[in-house]
Parts: sequence; C-alpha cells; structure tokens
Amino acid sequence: MTPATGTRINDDLTRPLLLTSWRFYLLVAFFGAFVAAGLAAWFSQIFFGIGIAGIRWPVYWGFYVTNFVFWIGISHAGTLISAILRLVDAGWRRPVTRCAEVITVFALMIGALFPIIHLGRPWLAFWLFPYPSERLIWPNFRSPLVWDFFAINTYLTGSILFLLLPMIPDFAVVRDRSTGLRHRIYRLLALGWRGTPKQWHRLETAMQIMAIAILPVAVSVHTIVSFDFSMAPVPMWQSTIFGPYFVAGAIFSGIAALIIAMAALRRFLQLEEYLRPIHFDNLGKLLLMMALIWGYFVFNERLVTYYGNEPAEMTVFWRTQRQSFAPLHWTMIACNFLVPLVLMGIRRFRTIGGCVVASFAVIVGMWLERFLIIVPSLGAKYLPYSFGIYRPQPVEIIITAATFAAMGLLYVLFAKVIPIISIWELKAGEHTPSAAARALDEERLGKVRP
Amino acid sequence: MSAVYGLYPDGHAAQQAVNRLRAAGVADRDITILSARPMEEFEFGQRDRQTWMWWFASFGGLLGMAAGYGLSWLTETSWAIDVGGLPTFAWWPNLIVMFELTMLGAILAAVLTLVVSALLPTRGQTLYDPEVSEGQILVGVERPGEARLADLEQALSAPPGARVKQSP
Repeated sequence: MTPATGTRINDDLTRPLLLTSWRFYLLVAFFGAFVAAGLAAWFSQIFFGIGIAGIRWPVYWGFYVTNFVFWIGISHAGTLISAILRLVDAGWRRPVTRCAEVITVFALMIGALFPIIHLGRPWLAFWLFPYPSERLIWPNFRSPLVWDFFAINTYLTGSILFLLLPMIPDFAVVRDRSTGLRHRIYRLLALGWRGTPKQWHRLETAMQIMAIAILPVAVSVHTIVSFDFSMAPVPMWQSTIFGPYFVAGAIFSGIAALIIAMAALRRFLQLEEYLRPIHFDNLGKLLLMMALIWGYFVFNERLVTYYGNEPAEMTVFWRTQRQSFAPLHWTMIACNFLVPLVLMGIRRFRTIGGCVVASFAVIVGMWLERFLIIVPSLGAKYLPYSFGIYRPQPVEIIITAATFAAMGLLYVLFAKVIPIISIWELKAGEHTPSAAARALDEERLGKVRP
Repeated sequence: MSAVYGLYPDGHAAQQAVNRLRAAGVADRDITILSARPMEEFEFGQRDRQTWMWWFASFGGLLGMAAGYGLSWLTETSWAIDVGGLPTFAWWPNLIVMFELTMLGAILAAVLTLVVSALLPTRGQTLYDPEVSEGQILVGVERPGEARLADLEQALSAPPGARVKQSP
C-alpha cells in the first residue's frame, strides 16, 4: 500500500464532512431513538419522583452511580492515552489521538450527567457548586464529592482544549475546501490560522504543556472517584489500593472503548488506509497489559480481604464469590481477564476482529466491575438489620442503554463536522519530522551518524 | 499590489526561496512562510521558536494554586463545620482542590498565550493561498514595493517547481 499524499489525505478525511450518505441518517436515527427513549425515561423520573427507580434503603447507589464511575473510566481512553503517546512521540499515535480524545470529552459529559440524574431533583444541582449563597453555607471542601466537582471540571475543561487546539489547522483545511455558509463557519473556527512557523511552534508547545498537565489530572480524576468509596466506612470499600485500582480499570476500559470506536470508524468511513492493523495490534498489546494489571489488582484485593477474614468484609466477599452475585462476578473475571488474555495474548487472534471482540468483553466486564464494587457492599453493611436487595427498574435500564446510544450519536455527529483523524498530524507523520528533527539536532551538535 | 509569493512543492525548494530572498536583501521578519504542517526539519521552520509560554503556564499554575488555597480557606473558615474531627482548615483534603486548580491555571494560561501570541497577531496579515492546505509551501513578501518587485520575482521563481503569484 502506497503512503497517502497530502491532497489524498485531505480528500479522504474531509469527504465525510462534505458528503452525506444514507448511513449517516440511519445511524443518527438509530442512536437518536434510544437517546429520545432515555430522555423520556429521565423526564418520567423527574415527574413521578426518584421512587420509580430501584434505589432505596440501604442501597442508595445503583445503576446511576455505576454508570457515573463507568463513564468517567471510559473517559481515560482519550486524553490520557493521547497525552502519553504524544510525550513519548509514538509515531503510530497520529491517526489514533483524535479518535481517543473525542471519547474522553463525550464520556466525561455523559458521566458528569449521572450525579445530576441521581439527584432526583436536578434543578437543585447547583447546590453542589461552590458559590456564595445568601446563607453563607459552602459545600464541604473536605468531602470527596466536592473534589469530584473540581477534578471532573478540570479534566473536562483540559480535555476539551486538548481536543480543540490541534483541530484549528484542520478547520483551516476544511475552510479552504468548502464554500458558502460552511466556509464561513469553518473560517470562524479556524481563528485566522495560516500555518506560519510561529503558529506551528506555539501550537506544539501548547500541546506539550497540556499533555504534561493533563496526565496527572487524568490520574487524579479516577483516584478521586475511588475516594468516593474508599473514604466511606463500608465493607470492602476502605482500601488503600482503590486509587490505582480504579485508574488501572479506567485505562483498561478506555482502551477497549477506543478500539471499538476505531474499528467502527474504519468500517463506516472507509479509513482502512489510516487506521491500519498495526494500530489495532499495538492497542491490543496495551489491552493485554492492562488486563494483567487489572488481574493483579483484583487478586491483591481478594487475597488481602480473604486473609484478613473480617466478618463484615467476608459477608460481601462470599456474596460475590459463591452467592447471589457470583454469576456476575465470574462473568466479570472471564470478560476482563480470560478473554483478553487469550485473544490478545495469542498473536494469531490479535487481529482487528479479535481486538474488537476482546474490547466488547472488557466493556461488559468493566461495567460489571463497577456494579459489583457498589451494590454488594451497600446491600450488606455490618449488621444484618441493614441488609437489603437492589432491583434495577426499567427507568434505570432505559437510561443506561440510552447513554451508550448517546455516545454513539455524539460520535457520529462529531465525525460529520470535524475530521476524525488529525489531518496535519498525519501529514507531519508522513515526513517523519521527529526523525528529521533528530538528524538536524545531531547535525547541529556536530555528531556524525554511522 | 499587496504581496508577491511563490508556491513550492517541498521544503527544499521553499528553503532555497527563503535563502534567495535573504540574498536579495529581504529581512527575515518581512518574509512570510506558510505550510500545512510543521516544517521543523528545515531551517526556515525553526523561525520564531523562542517563546515564554512555559513561563506563562507556570505563572498560571501558581495563580491557580493561590485560587485553590484561597477558596479552600475562605469556604472552610467562613462557616466552620466539624468533619470527623478534621481541623477546620485541613491540609490533606485541601491539597486536592489546590492541585486541580493549579493544573487548570497552567492549561488555561498556555491556551491564552497561544491565542494572544500566535493567533491574534495574524489578523492584520492577509497573505494566504488555499493551496497551502493542499500541501504547497508559500514563501512571499507582503507590500514589496514596485522597485524591488522584479528582483523578488526572480528570487522566488528560481527554485525547482516554483509557481510565482502576485496578490492584488
């Protein structure tokens, strides 16, 4: 396969923006129907009250908080992976980064919606914000829920900017290729971009600074989400490994989401030349590594609990190992550990299809993991009088399904208006600037390469 | 006429054009170079590399940290609540808010510096050709003056593959 030229890259990557096929309308209608159903379910919950959901004493956190933790985890697909790959200058990142960064922004938006849905009375959500009210009562800054507010908003702001900045040169490409209203819109979005050396240097420096700043923020976000649990005296929640355990799980599910998104884009937008098997192979290896790390954390958590033999914790432990939650627990183990281990560990299976199958398994397994952290513990807190059962109700199931559709819908709409692969980075990759820059540096330093 | 410029298919030709313009007596600050990707492997791509952006980002981070400290202190001392025996102003939990705002400050300062230093100043400059988006490299001089026009056109047309144009 010959490498794509600059003009062909422009043609291939701006085609979905300038031409609209029936597939686009079909996908929008399909996902839109689910989203509409989800909105109807939410409005019905607002109208009839939170009582129509299954959350009640003692299990006050059910599907909604599971979804919150899950989607915040998925958000680690983008900015974190993209920032790491940028900082290590991994050449294969170029077609991947924007696909990944988009997932971050949308997953964060969806995730951040769940605490508001969970409130039951969303019009009071502003009580969570640190604003000076007339009563002079501020949110408690020593509460992990307020840390969530700051961490998620910082991550969302940083991720949106991290996504937007490298789009500016691509907006200029679309501006130059479009006419009429579309031209005027993209001219505004391009912010007067012309491509001077100064603009390129400033853009790359800004991206470097943001990559360095966003990495610890991404780690902090899921650590803080884990603090929502580990700061509470609930069996199997008060654990010092919850921070890294949650971060590892987040990166794990994020990579899986990225692989699925890339496979869908490759198929629907005919991007076979840009999203190549090597990209899936590399991401498959990352998925395998994260499956092993995840397995290590689960083993660690389980063994220490078992060895400690603390009665309240063992009650939850056996509920997940042998009793009512055992089918979900072992499905989680199979999806998160066994399937990726086999499919990604054996090279013959590490194809695009194999990566997608393993990724779907991981998505299912990670959702179950979040659910199994929350519900069994809340349903068996210390004294038997406070034991309870959680039964998810249709409104929660519909809203959960709708958020997956919302992700699909937002992704399809994004790919319709913005090049889903960074055009300028792909062009820069064609000329391997990093290698050339290194050669230039060596020349300047007076080194002679063998 | 507001500008004379050449379009070049690759960086080597563009570098030659830049060198010839310099030989013709045009100062670096008067030479406009536009490309569809960073051209760091060429000498002309190294122009305007110096930036204070790292310092501004650090300053933004410090401002963010100060804001985080101030907000934590203000909120916790204005209505003292006992939280599990923690001090009214507890450092460990407050470090989280301070950290997040530090990073937010650094990110916002970097973006602001990019906008102010690289995007806003281009508003007054007009030299552009849509072929740049297609991979051509533009090297040109804005407001060259009639007296120097012939020399500049000669310099710009010398490199291989050059297409010299004038913008009205």
